[in-house]
Amino acid sequence: MSKFKKKKDGGLPPVNTASLPDIVFMLLFFFMVATVMREDTLFIQNQLPLADQVEKLDKKYPVSYIYMGKPSENYRKFGTVARIQLNDKFADVSEVGRFIDAERLALREELVPFLTVSLKVDKDANMGIVGDVKQELRKVNALKINYTTGIGDALSNIKN
Amino acid sequence: MAKRAAPEVNAGSMADIAFLLLIFFLVTTTIEKDSGINRKLPPIDDSEVDPPIIKQKNIFTVLLNKNDQLLVEDEPMQIKDLRKAAVEFLDNGGDGTCDYCQGAKSPSSSDNPDKAIISLKNDRETSYAAYIAVQNELVAAYNVLRNRRALEIGPQNGFNDMDFIKMQDNIKDVRWTGDKEKLKEVVDQIKLEIPQKLSEVVE
Repeated sequence: MSKFKKKKDGGLPPVNTASLPDIVFMLLFFFMVATVMREDTLFIQNQLPLADQVEKLDKKYPVSYIYMGKPSENYRKFGTVARIQLNDKFADVSEVGRFIDAERLALREELVPFLTVSLKVDKDANMGIVGDVKQELRKVNALKINYTTGIGDALSNIKN
Repeated sequence: MAKRAAPEVNAGSMADIAFLLLIFFLVTTTIEKDSGINRKLPPIDDSEVDPPIIKQKNIFTVLLNKNDQLLVEDEPMQIKDLRKAAVEFLDNGGDGTCDYCQGAKSPSSSDNPDKAIISLKNDRETSYAAYIAVQNELVAAYNVLRNRRALEIGPQNGFNDMDFIKMQDNIKDVRWTGDKEKLKEVVDQIKLEIPQKLSEVVE
């Protein structure tokens, strides 16, 4: 009975797109998982030294990060000596005090004494700059510091 | 003959595959947590009070020069030997007041762990990696002694097979079911008996 026969036009059937959201979600999840969250964009080389007597940096209390290291490839115009990075820009030693003050202002008052300063220093940096920063921190009375390191054999840091 | 339409692919299980992948990544990922060596800087002291006189034998000097070479108590030393040397110094117990020390009781080394001070001096040119290695070894020396002490007095207080590090972890661990108050007392006692006296020289 030709009454019930549908007329075929011979064209290609449309591609089924029902699974497209799934594919998109899969990609989304992959990138969500594979991404490492970073607080700041680093302009410097920041390969942390290793240590094994480490304690976890408690996120329960506020943490401020100070990065130090040589400017990375793209920022060679800033020289090859280790420099300080605060938030998203290079900084001078004298700016560390103001940086800590600003961080403290952003905190609730009762948390201010618990502010820990995490020093993320490249392993090739020298102690001069680290010592200067430590001295600045003492001046603003930010005494809790943490030398943030990777976990591994500390002896491998020194190449003899 | 009319062209036959391609049969539709069943996409109902696509979501299952996606969820399977999601769960796999969720389970295998560990969220990176920063860790490092905690230090407390000394406050700047403007007062004119004379510093207390400390006997030379109670100070363990560690010098790190610009070539990352170590000079410990005026003797050159390899970094791998530093931990042992520091433990021997701290554990000496020269004046006999420290009943938990197992050291040589040499009169030319430290009196007791409370009086023993490790003094670290580094050059401006010292590499940060070497500095961290030295810090790590010195902290390790204290931890060796504290762990030993924890294994001694832990069982008396009902905490078997728990070294100092484990005790500290347990205090922080919310899932640990035990007497936290008592454990805290034990930890504080060990901290008092073997205090970390690590001083850094600033020019």
